[in-house]
Amino acid sequence: MILDIIIDGLIKGSVYALLAIGFSLVLGVARIINIAHTALYMTAAYLIYVGTKMMGLPAPVAMVASIVLTVILGLLIYNFFIRPIQEHEAAVLIATIAVAMMIQEVFLMIFGGHYLGVNPLIDGYATILGVKVTYQHLLALGLALVVLLATRLFLQKTRLGLAIRSTAQDREVANLMGMNVTRVAMGTMAVSVGMAAVTGAIVVPLVTVEPTMWMHPLIMMLAIVVLGGLGSIEGSFVGAFILGFAESMVVFLVPMGSFLKDSVALSIMILVLLIRPEGLFGVSFEEER
Amino acid sequence: MQFLGRVGTVLLGLSLVLAMCLPVGAVEPIKIGVLGPMSFTQGEGHWNGATMAADEINGAGGVKVAGVMRPIKLIKVDTNEFLSIPDATNAVEMAVSRYKVDFLVGGFRTEAVQVMQDIAMDAKKIFIGCGAAHPELCTRVTKDYDRYKYWFRLTPINSKYLGKVDFILLGTAAAIMKKTLGIKKIKVAVVAEKAAWADPIVNISQKLLPAKMGMEVVGVWRPSPVAKDCTAELAAIQRAGAHIVFTTFSSSVGLTFAKQMGELKVPAAAVGINVESQKSGFWEATGGKGNYTETINTYARVAITPKTIPFYDKYVKLFNQAPNYTAGTYDALYILKEAVEKAGSVESDKVLPFVEKTDNVGTAGRVVFDKSHDVTWGPGYVTALGTQWQDGKIQCVWPYHWEKVFYEGTVPFKLAPWIVDYWKNKK
Repeated sequence: MILDIIIDGLIKGSVYALLAIGFSLVLGVARIINIAHTALYMTAAYLIYVGTKMMGLPAPVAMVASIVLTVILGLLIYNFFIRPIQEHEAAVLIATIAVAMMIQEVFLMIFGGHYLGVNPLIDGYATILGVKVTYQHLLALGLALVVLLATRLFLQKTRLGLAIRSTAQDREVANLMGMNVTRVAMGTMAVSVGMAAVTGAIVVPLVTVEPTMWMHPLIMMLAIVVLGGLGSIEGSFVGAFILGFAESMVVFLVPMGSFLKDSVALSIMILVLLIRPEGLFGVSFEEER
Repeated sequence: MQFLGRVGTVLLGLSLVLAMCLPVGAVEPIKIGVLGPMSFTQGEGHWNGATMAADEINGAGGVKVAGVMRPIKLIKVDTNEFLSIPDATNAVEMAVSRYKVDFLVGGFRTEAVQVMQDIAMDAKKIFIGCGAAHPELCTRVTKDYDRYKYWFRLTPINSKYLGKVDFILLGTAAAIMKKTLGIKKIKVAVVAEKAAWADPIVNISQKLLPAKMGMEVVGVWRPSPVAKDCTAELAAIQRAGAHIVFTTFSSSVGLTFAKQMGELKVPAAAVGINVESQKSGFWEATGGKGNYTETINTYARVAITPKTIPFYDKYVKLFNQAPNYTAGTYDALYILKEAVEKAGSVESDKVLPFVEKTDNVGTAGRVVFDKSHDVTWGPGYVTALGTQWQDGKIQCVWPYHWEKVFYEGTVPFKLAPWIVDYWKNKK
């Protein structure tokens, strides 16, 4: 059973980490609480469905096209709905909720409420230490780790990465040092939406594509970000795996209460916040003020 | 002034001529409100079934009411009940007060239908339900007949009978597994979405399976109705050594569960209720991984009555999908037509006694309403079906000579090859 929990938790955690890190990045750098983040993840999933099932494109082509188109959409959203009100965090929060709802309604209008599916890139499953895992899940885990590593390298080794990190640390000082913080925010937004799109592309064969598929990951993602510390990339990474393992443990240890897995994960978040209000890797509120 | 006077005279004359040209007493259509979540498969079923029947009836001249042939006019009422019950309430209010419908058909979610039912009863409109299964909807008729007498349920059979069919399907699958694989005691994993309607099935399963059916319950799993991942549940089920997974799903989790169960080739037969697997899109949505999933159903391409196969084929031809139980609106319109013609009126109180006396050979069986205005279940009436996905086709596998009931076109229940291999090698 322990092996089951470890393997299942790792897979869940890696998918959550991808979503949460993208969200955390743009929150930390530009102070944008982009609630539409998971709606963009859904957009990528729908575009892959359109590409593979309706247009008959090969899956890798559809995946790349969907990531590019989703990033373009994300930048358009940033330019028209977020940038004009970027200084007002509450307004951004509400605007992005509205954008997410708009995206949901658009997909509902086009595809109806039908549950759609995309075929896995690799069919079949492997048995690891007696635990059956589909190749697609393993692929998702592998790709998630590669993307997370690539993001880390990008942030540590590139000039834009340096700009993003410095802007995340102190926006005003970065501005005074001559950085174009608006451009950095836009770049960060592109990376963040790109991560949401990549997650959508990786996960789409594992989930049901439908117009409300963005809501559950949104709740989990917000919980992870708060648990890890608002805007902390390391915190989001660790938080994602904590909640992934927590979900798996609930299913294996309390099968009758497997519907409670989300609630238990959220309760862990509340518990951590009671002990450490700034989250696991967050800056304390006192210090921030 | 003189010019204006002339214009006025001409206009008056024209108006008189126009008025004389209009037919005296133009035929007023019978308005039927079709209620359903129209962006979803269930609502599409409501609308498709109703439009098919309305087109047929209108094509044949309409409904004869007191010697006058009146056409049917359908009013599409999008209840959006999956996402918002208040939307459903507003939609029905609008159908009754603004569009002034004569009758109502459809509805899906019990919680929403209860509210719709109250609005329809207040307006004294006959409402034939084609979607919600909860017994309470009909219990209300027996408890307060004067208020709820205008309500009837046509599809599906109520959840009490669904439960009966559910256990019959389980018993049948268990017997086949015992015979084919030589298993002495069948182990069952009970998996039901966490919803109020599924609770009685879970409770009864835990008592009935060991005590009356000689099976062992290896565990009960209750995923969320909208769970997006069931791999953990499936791993635990396989560890528990289950031969059968007894499913109770009406929401999207049914799709996720069936897809992942097929992907992982879990060596257990999925039997029970899985509403998602009643839909044509199930095969594509699971990428074929939902093969061998069995569920209770209302329609399949078998000769339940002489009307079933022609209805099924025409429905597939028109809408490119198989009918689900919400397409019972097709029969509902014919029941209303018959009652209205007998009553010679569209007034609810005049039509009501004739709907109560319905004995109609419909597309899903012989329809007779009981005292609670619920569709009668059993041999000779509506039985419901057990259907299984077999290599891309929905096949009827039950009733298979049950209580002398066998519908032409029914095929035997099949076990997935990996289940047979696994348990044969295990011996």
